[in-house]
Amino acid sequence: MVQAIRDAHAVMMERDESVVVFGEDVGYFGGVFRCTQGLQQRFGENRCFDTPITESGIVGAAVGMAAYGLRPCVEIQFADYMYPAYDQIVSEAARLRYRSAGDFTAPLTIRMPVGGGIFGGQTHSQSPEALFTHVAGLTTVMPSNPYDAKGLLISAIEDDDPVIFLEPKRLYNGPFDGRHDTGLMPWSRHELSDVPEGYYHVPLGSAAIRRPGSDVTVIAYGTMVHVALAAVHDTGVDAEVIDLRTLIPLDLTTIIDSVSKTGRCIVVHEATLTSGFGAELTALVQQHAFYHLAAPIERVTGYDTPYPHSHEWSYFPGPERIAKALIRVMQA
Amino acid sequence: MARAKSRDEEGVSGSSVSPRLTMPGPAFRPGDRPDFSEVDTFAPGACRRPQVNEPAESMSELATGLVRVLDDEGRASGPWDPHLDAPTLRAGLRAMMLTREFDRQMMIDQRQSKASFYMQCTGEEAIACAFHSALRPGDMNFPTYRQQGLLVAAGYPLELMMSQVYSNETDPLRGRQMPVFYSAREYGFFSISGNLATQFVQGVGWAMACALRGESSIAASWIGDGATSETDFFSALVMASTYRAPVILNVVNNQWAISTSESVARGLAPTFAARGRGFGIASLRVDGNDYLAVHGAAAWAAERARTNGGPTLIEWVTYRAAAHSSSDDPSGYRPGDEAAAWPFGDPIERLTRHLLRTGGANEADVEALREEVVRDVRAAQVEAQSHGTLKQGPAPSPREIFEDVFKEMPESLASQEREAGY
Ligand SMILES: Cc1ncc(C[n+]2csc(CCOP(=O)(O)OP(=O)(O)O)c2C)c(N)n1
Ligand SMILES: [Mg+2]
Repeated sequence: MVQAIRDAHAVMMERDESVVVFGEDVGYFGGVFRCTQGLQQRFGENRCFDTPITESGIVGAAVGMAAYGLRPCVEIQFADYMYPAYDQIVSEAARLRYRSAGDFTAPLTIRMPVGGGIFGGQTHSQSPEALFTHVAGLTTVMPSNPYDAKGLLISAIEDDDPVIFLEPKRLYNGPFDGRHDTGLMPWSRHELSDVPEGYYHVPLGSAAIRRPGSDVTVIAYGTMVHVALAAVHDTGVDAEVIDLRTLIPLDLTTIIDSVSKTGRCIVVHEATLTSGFGAELTALVQQHAFYHLAAPIERVTGYDTPYPHSHEWSYFPGPERIAKALIRVMQA
Repeated sequence: MARAKSRDEEGVSGSSVSPRLTMPGPAFRPGDRPDFSEVDTFAPGACRRPQVNEPAESMSELATGLVRVLDDEGRASGPWDPHLDAPTLRAGLRAMMLTREFDRQMMIDQRQSKASFYMQCTGEEAIACAFHSALRPGDMNFPTYRQQGLLVAAGYPLELMMSQVYSNETDPLRGRQMPVFYSAREYGFFSISGNLATQFVQGVGWAMACALRGESSIAASWIGDGATSETDFFSALVMASTYRAPVILNVVNNQWAISTSESVARGLAPTFAARGRGFGIASLRVDGNDYLAVHGAAAWAAERARTNGGPTLIEWVTYRAAAHSSSDDPSGYRPGDEAAAWPFGDPIERLTRHLLRTGGANEADVEALREEVVRDVRAAQVEAQSHGTLKQGPAPSPREIFEDVFKEMPESLASQEREAGY
């Protein structure tokens, strides 16, 4: 997936001179996760450069550049470090078009790795998507595979408004299904690792059905798509697994069509439970598919605590927890 | 040590000069031969030592000088020599050697999967160890992840540090924090955050609290060169400046912030110490590989703070000799022999040379110290490992995940804990 993200950058930098890429350790070194490797060598220091360690500076400057007419695509080294930039994201980037009645806009992309599973403790594991989806004016994206990562990042950079692009770091090097004690599977053995060369895009706001099924709908995104598929496989339940890909704008049609068919629904995310994006999904499903529901909607999520270090696998909402929820809703 | 690629010349087109961005970078990259002969190393004695109550404006030249005491031959001289006695110096040497040996062993243990992660402070031991010796009980440090020397010098039990690194059953932080993110209130060591720079301004707040309570305790904030770019760094300077807080603001300039050179954070400023001048804060630039200079400068700043002289910003000039962390490989961004070429040497070697030269220790004493620290670390390791390592042996209960989120666990969380069934 790292390669796919690099590719998306390169494709867009090639096509559009106004695309500039910057962040901490992003230039010479190519990023601590190597997602921008080679870009500085290829496009020069004026197109891809290292910044001081100032997330507010990175995003604040990106807003200014974007307002001018560039298309910055910036990296926050870990989502856990976006808080100094939060004011620039929420009060500025998200509302610039609105408050100036379109006089100024902020077409920028802010990439950041999210999620746990690397023993990163509370400051390298967070999934703060709900802090973005709650904000009017932000598009929030989270791919689950290399094909989508490239296509969605291209769409994000082309989008004329700010896009938050969340990269599940546990997926950088393989399709992680939550079974942490088995060996790492490389992307090369996964069907969605086939990434076409050159330009293509995956539209923002469109979900994908990863597994068609008739008995229960599982809504997930990012890493949890793979974990949900593993749980479905383990239980043998005929579940339909939806990969949202974009959280805002939300592909409600795909969700409601599915739940109307299955009559059951589970929402899965790694982020904490309370006021998480799952709460929004649950509310929408009950509003739009209430009369189809045969069981209460369940949420399987991280607990309402900081992400622990050594007990991260006791915290991570793995396949067993999802499997239990699947069985519960099927028995309801 | 930085090269700033100025594009001034290219910017001249015809009669008009148009602006071009400067992209700062390090002086050397892999493949280059590091040569620091241009670096001004300043002689011991080159910088005057002001009275501790002098106004900051009267000493602005110290922000671009370099306070040193030890020369390359191990001779001490100049007004900043703290004139420590031989037992004190031997204790200092021991603390530095113990810190280095501790790091060495923990790095090996990390490679053997006994810990998930580790960070060494190789080459920077003098800063934390000598600084500690200039503080008093009751003072509080707000450290970064690279000041383990403060804990070692304070005599914090090594086996507890190791237990934290292993996240084992006796880990004081119960497996919640990544390795090296210690917390030890009783030892003047504030809980370490993963979010850079946040502690820098909190230290100012602690110092303000000391002053509000009329106590003579002080606080010391710590930050790396790279992290000075964060807003919290500047917030700390303004709060310290506004209220004249009794705080020492330490910037450890080890030349690197992961792959990024210090020049990227410093920009057009001549030094990091110079950042303090605009805030009216007394600002020193000090040789951080010189145990005596560190002690001298720290003691000066501590006395200034304690006697209502206000804050001091100190830039400690040093070199990060090891990788950023166990996840980092510096060969991709800097020459492998850069540490060896660094003109300020190694702090342990320099203090050893001084002790040998002045008769404060002989070869046999130094050898005995070497063996002693290896033994101490080994003993602590055996003790700590008897309580488990990351993936083996006893561990904190997974119920610890749910504790300490609040003082009293709310019912919503209690029900999640029940569901988890741990
Ligand atoms: C707010 C925030 N941004 C980014 C990071 C990632 N990060 C961790 S250490 C580091 C480099 C810090 O360099 P410096 O301040 O010079 O300290 P050093 O590691 O050299 O001691 C970075 C970018 C972080 N931990 N927190
Ligand atoms: Mg540094």
